Amino acid sequence: MQVFNTELNYQNPSIEGYYGEFGGAYIPEMLFKNVETLKAEYLKIMQDPAFIAEVDALLKDYVGRPTPLFFAERLSKEIGANIYLKREDLCHTGAHKINNTIGQIVLAKRLGKTKIIAETGAGQHGVATATVCALKGMECVVYMGEKDIERQAPNVARMKILGATVVPAKSGSKTLKDATNEAIRAWINEPNETHYIIGSVVGPHPYPDMVARFQSVISKEMRSQLLEKLGNELPTHVVACVGGGSNAAGAFYHFLNEPSVALVAVEAAGHGVYSGLSAATTQLGTHGILHGSKSIVMQTSDGQVLEPHSISAGLDYPGIGPLHAFLYESKRGTFLSATDEEALASAFHISQIEGIIPALETAHAFSVLPKLGLKPSDVVVVCLSGRGDKDLATYMEHL
Amino acid sequence: MSRLENLFKEQSKRVLNVYCTAGYPHLNSTLQIMESLQANGANIIELGMPYSDPLADGEVIQTSSLHALSNGMTLQVLFEQLSEMRKTIHIPVVLMGYMNPILQFGFEAFCTRAKEVGVDGLILPDLPLFEFENSYGKTIKDNGLDFIFLVTPETPEQRLRKLDSLSSGFLYAVSSSATTGKDKDFSQVAVYLERLQKMNLKNPILVGFGIKDKQSFDAVNEFTQGAIIGSAYINALAKGEDVGETTKQFLNGVLGN
Repeated sequence: MQVFNTELNYQNPSIEGYYGEFGGAYIPEMLFKNVETLKAEYLKIMQDPAFIAEVDALLKDYVGRPTPLFFAERLSKEIGANIYLKREDLCHTGAHKINNTIGQIVLAKRLGKTKIIAETGAGQHGVATATVCALKGMECVVYMGEKDIERQAPNVARMKILGATVVPAKSGSKTLKDATNEAIRAWINEPNETHYIIGSVVGPHPYPDMVARFQSVISKEMRSQLLEKLGNELPTHVVACVGGGSNAAGAFYHFLNEPSVALVAVEAAGHGVYSGLSAATTQLGTHGILHGSKSIVMQTSDGQVLEPHSISAGLDYPGIGPLHAFLYESKRGTFLSATDEEALASAFHISQIEGIIPALETAHAFSVLPKLGLKPSDVVVVCLSGRGDKDLATYMEHL
Repeated sequence: MSRLENLFKEQSKRVLNVYCTAGYPHLNSTLQIMESLQANGANIIELGMPYSDPLADGEVIQTSSLHALSNGMTLQVLFEQLSEMRKTIHIPVVLMGYMNPILQFGFEAFCTRAKEVGVDGLILPDLPLFEFENSYGKTIKDNGLDFIFLVTPETPEQRLRKLDSLSSGFLYAVSSSATTGKDKDFSQVAVYLERLQKMNLKNPILVGFGIKDKQSFDAVNEFTQGAIIGSAYINALAKGEDVGETTKQFLNGVLGN
């Protein structure tokens, strides 16, 4: 008998962390105590009014929330629909990642932890973690793929300036997957004093749910901002890029149970979905277990995890969060993809018609807008998950 | 009676389980290694099924796994290599590995095939208690395979007793919460093992993680039925030229022959 969450309740996985058949906690016994404590405590802590007040105050005064919902006039005219940008790029540290790290650092303090570890791909989550560790006086070690350390040098420098130790992950493809492996191994080796701040809606239960809840502030604000601007809380579409899927989870969260809202997730197709150099997990993956949860995984027929490719380090991941796997399989979400080339073109285009330089990850989301068959009455919110400062080196190569 | 049960009935001390990665150092060295382990005093062979992302393993076993994969090792190839192992291997053989490759092979097909070739038990570190009880455990037991759970110094007593009751063959006591191949402080390990000894568990206990030589093997044998050696042996294989000679020297060293 499988204990599956049979009701379509996208916001609440089963007690064991299942969204449909995806999720769970496939972890070695060495991590059991830590994960079990987290599982027992996270909802209690997150619902405690004092915790909520502390996190909300930090989100307001430190992160700069609420982030604006900006009507992109020129883009709207060009696409032929009403396009709004949720400006997560204006968060302190330049991306949505800090919504989660603020929540988890306050939670880690409550759990009595003294040391934080994290994995990072593009470096945005690493910077967001190093930032909150500095803020709260916690030791911080960030695992980052050796290849990503090279292509995201400014973020590596930021983490070091903030006092974090950056450890290169040298195994496998030397990117986000391997950084995550190294972080989990580090956690196994020093579980008692350490909290692992996972940056995406991946990992063993309760991480996917916990991270989605911390990121859900994005869609919570969208609803009230849309109500204020348009007199209607519901857009017709929400569009977000997906690697592991944290900004998408946050942008979708409060619309998950609103069937009129189309949820569009955009994966990184690299050189093309079937080119052999891609990170379009739902298109290329099969059911499997990666980093402690059952989901869709890019792998060989023998079950070895494949090395993905994307120009954007943040989407260069061979898995996807279990919530997204469930959205994909239940068809609640629409999963599209954009190539490296399309993302680069969108990054320049958005920069030049809206005056906003988006992160390479975010640029993927813009690439699909012309393909959605939008009508003039449609209201589309694009989650502008991060700013492009960290990608300047890549952008300069393509000027 | 299973081979593991038989073994512990006949030998209640200094049981030595040696881990090796299938397909390492060469694709076709698997059986040769198993034969020399048996010939040189190993009591159980723990055969690692290589995986690209082995979360519970340290660098040594990670490296040997990637090496084995690039040699072309797959579960299909492994079962072909093992198909005639019972002509020469008489000691218990357990397979150790991670869930993902097994799910791709098909969990039931995997258990059936393992039993067919004469495998005795499974160690799957990322198959937790909940999933074992709710879905996979039945298939394992229906195929007559032993399942060996890991326990750590942090495992609460009630859970430890449950893991013991669901295990058969032996119980795998991880010496401390760590990945494989790390050095351990044995004074703390001793306290933990003494506690396990006093619990009167159903299964014999083998200690793993950090056992690397005669000294560490002797130290844990005071409290348990034996130990598991992995990374230290893989290291020896990586340095040694001849698999047979390396295995002989290594086991002689550990067993004090």
